[in-house]
Order: sequence, then C-alpha cells, then structure tokens
Amino acid sequence: MTRPATGCKSRTRMLWVAAIGLSVFLATPAISHSQTDTSSNRLLRDTIPPAPVTSLLASDRKYDNGEAIDLTWVPSIDDQLLHGKITAYQIFRSDNGGEFKKVGDAIPGDNQFSDESVSYGHSYVYYVVALTAGGRAESIRTASLIAEREWINYNRKYLFLIGFIIAGSVVYFIETARRGKKLFIRRIAGLEAVDEAIGRATEMGRPILFISGTQDMDNVQTIAGITILGHVARTIADYDTKIRMPVSRSLVMTAARETIKTSYLAAGRPDAYSDDMVNYVTDEQFGFVAAVNGIMVREKPATCFYLGAFFAESLIMAETGYSIGAIQIAGTAMPTQLPFFVVACDFTLIGEELFAASAYLSNEPKQLGSLKGQDVGKAIALAMMIIGTIAVTVGQAWDVEFMNNIAHWLNSAFKTN
Amino acid sequence: MHHIALWVAAFLTLGIISFLYRDNAWYKICESVFVGISAGYWFVSYFWDNLYGKLWLGVFPRDPAQQPDYILLIGGALGVMMLLRLIPKIGWLSRWPLAFIVGATAGLNLIIYFASNVMVQVEDTIRPLFGANYSSSAYDIVGNIVVAVGTFAALIYFFFSKEHKGAFGGAAKVGIFVLMVTFGASFGYTVMSRISLLLGRIDFLMGDWLGVIK
Repeated sequence: MTRPATGCKSRTRMLWVAAIGLSVFLATPAISHSQTDTSSNRLLRDTIPPAPVTSLLASDRKYDNGEAIDLTWVPSIDDQLLHGKITAYQIFRSDNGGEFKKVGDAIPGDNQFSDESVSYGHSYVYYVVALTAGGRAESIRTASLIAEREWINYNRKYLFLIGFIIAGSVVYFIETARRGKKLFIRRIAGLEAVDEAIGRATEMGRPILFISGTQDMDNVQTIAGITILGHVARTIADYDTKIRMPVSRSLVMTAARETIKTSYLAAGRPDAYSDDMVNYVTDEQFGFVAAVNGIMVREKPATCFYLGAFFAESLIMAETGYSIGAIQIAGTAMPTQLPFFVVACDFTLIGEELFAASAYLSNEPKQLGSLKGQDVGKAIALAMMIIGTIAVTVGQAWDVEFMNNIAHWLNSAFKTN
Repeated sequence: MHHIALWVAAFLTLGIISFLYRDNAWYKICESVFVGISAGYWFVSYFWDNLYGKLWLGVFPRDPAQQPDYILLIGGALGVMMLLRLIPKIGWLSRWPLAFIVGATAGLNLIIYFASNVMVQVEDTIRPLFGANYSSSAYDIVGNIVVAVGTFAALIYFFFSKEHKGAFGGAAKVGIFVLMVTFGASFGYTVMSRISLLLGRIDFLMGDWLGVIK
C-alpha cells in the first residue's frame, strides 16, 4: 500500500518539477528577448545620425606667410564626456571651388583645427563631419576664405632679431675696419699656400687650372669661388702666369671673365687679359668632367684650384689632378664631397673656410667686417646651445620648472616654422 | 635601330673607361661627342623650356583666357643685356644683370641658409643628455653627449676671430677630429654609392650589350 502512496507523492513532485521546468523554459526566452531589445536599442541609437557641429568658423591666421587657416566650432551635442556617441571629427576642404577632400581629423572633445597645408592666394571652403559608430553628420559650410600673407611674419620674429644682431655686428665691424683698426683673423692653412702654388706654376712654366664648381651663379659657393678667383687672378697677373678656367655654366663664364679682367686691370696688365682664359664647356655634369680631365692630362697644369659647389665630379677631377702631380687646393661646403678633397688634395678649405677665404685673402674692410659679424652669430648660437642643453638636461632630470621654461623658450625661439 | 644604339653606347662607355689606362684617341672622340651633344642638348632645352616655354608663352599666351604676364619682360630684358657684351661699346651693360643675379641670390639665400643652417641646428642640438627622469639608455646618453660635444667643438673650429691656442685650440682640435670622423663615414658611404654606379655600367655592358648576364 505504501507503494501507491509513494507513487502519489512522486507524481506530485514530478508535477512540481514539470511546472518549474516549464516556467523556466518559458521564462528563458523572455529574458533573452529582453536582452536583444537592449542591443537593438543601442544599435538603433548608433544608426541615428549624430547632431552636427555648430558655429563652424574659418579664419585666416594673422601675421603669417599665408600658410594657415584656423577652424573653430562648437562640438556636437552628442559629444559628451560620458557615453558620448561621437567617435571622431573629420575636416573636409575645397580648394579653389574643387572637390571636397579630407585634410585632417580631430578627436572627440576637440573644437579647433589648424590647416597648415594651404597655399597663398587660393580660396578655401570647409565643413566638419561628426562621426559615430554607424552614422555621420556634416556641418554647414564656411564662407570662402583666402589665406592672406601679412607684411610681418610673427613666427619668424626671433629669426629677425638674431639676424638683426648679426647684421648690426657686421656693420659695426666694417666701420671699425674702415677707421683703420686691425681686425684679427686666424690663419687658414690652405690659403697661405695660394701664393706658393701660383709661384710654383710660374717657375715650372705651366698653367693654373681653376674650377669654380658645377653650379650656377645662384649658388653662394660659386660666388665664393669667383670671389677668391679675383685674388688668384691678381697674383697670376703679377706673376705673368697662364690661367685656364673651363666652366659649366654660361653665367659663370661671364662672371669669371669680368672678375679676371678686373684683376688684370688692377695689376696694371689689361693687355695680358684674354677671354680665352675662361671657356664654356657644357652644362652636363659628366661631360664637363670628361673635358676637364682631358685638359688636365694634356696641358698638365702645375696647380689646380677647385673652389665652389661640387658633386660626384669632385673625386674624378681631384684624382686626375693628383695623377699629374699638380698642387691642389680645394674648398667646398658640400659635406659629401669634402672627404674626397681631403684625401686627394694638398689643402682643403672646409665649409665656412671657403666663405672666409676671400676676406682672409683680400683684407678688405667690408669682407673682414662681414666675417667678424658672422663670428658674433656663431658665438650667439654656441651660447644658446650650451644654455639650452644645460637647461633641458637639468630641467628634465631633476624636474626644475625654471630650467624647463628656459629650454621651452629656447626651443620655440629657434623654431623656424 | 636598338642594336645600333646599344653598340654606340657600349663604344662610348668603353671609350670613357679607357681613360683609366691613359689619355688616348678613343677617349678624345668620346669626350668630344659627349661635350658636343650635351652642350647642344642643353642649348635646345634652355631655348624651348625658358625662352619659349616661359618667356614667350608667358607674355603671349595661347589660351585667350590667360592673362599675359608682362613682368617676365624684365627677365627677358636682363637676358638681352647679357648679350650686349658682344657689342664692345655698350658691353658694360652686361654687368647689370650679373649684379642683379648675384645680389638677388645672396639676399634670398641669406634667409634660407640662416634658417636651415643656424636656427634648425641650434634647435636640434638642444636636447637632454640623460633623457626625462634619467630614462635614456646608456647608448642614448653617450649618443647625446657625442652630439652636444661634437657640435660645440666643430663650431669652435669655425671661429675665425680667435687663434686656436690653449683650451680654445684644444676644443678646435676636438672639432676637426669630429669633422674627420664624419668625413670618413661619409667617404665610405659615398664610395658604396659610386660602386653601384660602376655596377650599373657593368650590368649594361655584360647584360644589355653582350648578354652574358641574363
């Protein structure tokens, strides 16, 4: 009898279990359904386009070289600190009425952008796009704006200040030299050998070869080479030696002829001057080198000067000059060619020594004053580098705010753009 | 036609290389061909690019909508003045365009060189020797010190107002030492690039011309 009773209890328990199971079964989809609803709400929220940025303004940056336009805007109302929908802003630009192209990005929370890729004289229109995970909203477009170039570029105020100090120093030293005060310039070894090298060519009865580089008159190294040529030609005229100067640019030929003619005139020997002393070969770099090498091996100059801007031809010419036993004096400010001149020539003017050479040789007040003024510039640069390095090292290593401020100011002062 | 061009190029290449042995007739032919053709080429190039392309078409544009740029006539006038040296009586006028070019070049380059060679150099040299909170590695610290000391010393070498004696002379010697080390590195690097030029010629001779290298 117990069995049926037991069976009854068991059935009741089974019914309870079945009821609970059914409710769980029924409830489970209900919970899942609720979760799906939350996701779809979020998806729905994300696909709704965000509010665009407002009050977009484009303004030309003042006191610059017409190279920047600044944009400001009020961020989208969906760009909130917490739970903000905005993922990024994109800045689009039309150049001279052309197609709009993206020129930059801004992160959420930003309300400004500087477009520093504009060209002076072009007109630009901008709009900003606010982006969410699934939508985008364009702002209204700005009015057409032209980047203006101002008379004074404030970004370069320190460049002007330091340039002004150096220029002032140059003027001061020129006046000092004109008043008769002797300005000291240290010995430059290569230049001391110039007269000796010309004398050697005179004794040997061979010509002097002068190469002023392979660049045109718009290169300061060529101008420096031609300036030194003036002194060399004067000595050559005094010694009655022959000069040979092949050139690769027509303007250099004209300038060189004028320079040599003036030197011969100053030496009181205008009759000895001839235009044939300087001859144009070709603008082609290696064609010029081939011709110069030919001249070297056929005419065997006793002295070769290479003073100016050189490229790959430096070693070819210097090696040929070495092979014919000429005294060689070189000078250039091309860092990659200096090593070749150093190894193949007897004397080499390194970098700025080329520019100092004409002052050293001529002893003229203008050139001496200019050289002295440049030394003032170097002293300023050296002082700023030492102060700056100490300031930034101490400031960062020991977190000294005062030093950090000095370093920051120096970095901004010497920044040129 | 292509084969003829290959043979001519090979003939000229070998002729120029023959200079390594000594000056010879073959080299002289190649030299003259090279100089003559290149001079002629540049003359034609300058004529069509500058005189015609810039000056003539600038002053007399083909497109009626384009405004003539009469300011180019100033450059044209300066060019004509250069040629006046062929007339001895008024040859002195050719000095004016020359003076203009030299003066304008010096003025324009003054700012460019000053900004790039002085301002940027100073800005780049101002760097912490040990890094923020001594965060730099020993390698970086040594590198920073070498850059700072090397730049100071090299700059001292280029001072012309003071004799290189005593401590100043010592610093200048360090400067020239730094420069020579730099030149050594530059020398090796450039020689490598020259060898690649030589390889290019050998590749032409052995590959394009002889077909030995496929």
